[in-house]
Amino acid sequence: MSDILYTDKIPAASHWSLRMKKGTALRITDIDGGANVGMLFYNPENLLERYNAPDTLKCQHTFKLTKGNCLYSDMGRIFCSIVEDNVGWHETVCGNTTHKIVSKKWGEHNYQDYHNEWQQNGYDCFLVELAKYGLDKRDMTSNLNLFSKVQVDGQGNLQYNQTNSKAGDYIELRFEMDTLVLMHTCPHPLNPASEYPRKAIEYQIRVSAPVSERDYCKNFRPENQRGFKNNELYHLGN
Amino acid sequence: MITESEFQAQDSVFRKVIPAGDYLLKVVHAGQTFRILDLEGNQAADTLFYNADDPSERYSAMDTIREQGNVYLSTGTRLISNECNEMLEIVADTCGRHDTLGGACATESNTVRYALEKKCMHACRDSWMLAIAENEQFQLSKRDITHNINFFMNVPVTEDGGLTFEDGVSAPGKYVELKAVMDVIVLISNCPQLNNPCNGYNPTPIELILWE
Repeated sequence: MSDILYTDKIPAASHWSLRMKKGTALRITDIDGGANVGMLFYNPENLLERYNAPDTLKCQHTFKLTKGNCLYSDMGRIFCSIVEDNVGWHETVCGNTTHKIVSKKWGEHNYQDYHNEWQQNGYDCFLVELAKYGLDKRDMTSNLNLFSKVQVDGQGNLQYNQTNSKAGDYIELRFEMDTLVLMHTCPHPLNPASEYPRKAIEYQIRVSAPVSERDYCKNFRPENQRGFKNNELYHLGN
Repeated sequence: MITESEFQAQDSVFRKVIPAGDYLLKVVHAGQTFRILDLEGNQAADTLFYNADDPSERYSAMDTIREQGNVYLSTGTRLISNECNEMLEIVADTCGRHDTLGGACATESNTVRYALEKKCMHACRDSWMLAIAENEQFQLSKRDITHNINFFMNVPVTEDGGLTFEDGVSAPGKYVELKAVMDVIVLISNCPQLNNPCNGYNPTPIELILWE
């Protein structure tokens, strides 16, 4: 039920940022399967309000994120709701690759020698995007890793799943307030692949249908109803 | 892993009881060891660490979890910074498991978790905000209030991706001990939360004990 306003791609090992308006949706498609998208959210009107992974998890009593879940700010508001997801599991506790992690796992591939085939890391990608808005490493909170599944066993050990996302899988985020979105397409830091995984994604900006009282995400948990109420209060008079 | 400490309280160089709803902000030097003691049991100690020489380097839950390959903290856990440096190590633990997924309570997240009407109840983040306002010399701001550790808190994750807040695994007299690898600022909020079992619905004091 949504109209496509714009379609574009982000190449592998790259970063970008954009401002999403309330009432629009961002659909991200894993083109080849096995993608990872690092993502952070900020309120463009007050950059101190940002995505909060612990609040997102504990408010919804979940470790994994999928359709129905809402992604919360540290101010009790919902940046966006996951309205579509045929992946089933996205994680938000493992952070990013760093230059050190990438060189140790996959060797040194710098820009000078490899140009667009360099092996960029998620941490540096976020630093670049943050700096565009006057932000720095102090503002880099625990990020989302879309398309990546990390399970936890009975002893708390992490288990990375190598077959989570397939070619054509997508997730759609419906924005419940204006949001600054930072993203990168670097590999998940626990990806054990022997070659640096190069996975591009497609993204579409869509117009969303208005949120009804029977909305799936709003009614997914009683906490989400209260989260939506906080957004409503934030937009009073608009 | 349950591990007892060799340290005796009478040999300590600093002791301070932190009432529930209050904070402690203190520099601990490299090589020093401190204990957080759960005096009456089932009390959550929401804790952040910063490099005392450059507070833009700070405890990072995600780097700590990823580097040790495990979501729970206990003896042997190395607490890793956002620069991927080791800041502290847990050297003793009579509780067995501590949380770093659940974050701290805040008035705003309380509205979502419990009720919009509970928005003015005291919360850890308020204690931290007061701490940074009363200690301007450290130049900390809301940007620095990040993803913390909840000592003594039990937040089990299930294999199918569930997460719950359970009754604490702590009890009166249980403790966790940390050795600083670099000079660190320790910022603890002794959790005032009245709405969930992390404090047994009755927040109680904790004590910090420091040895050279």
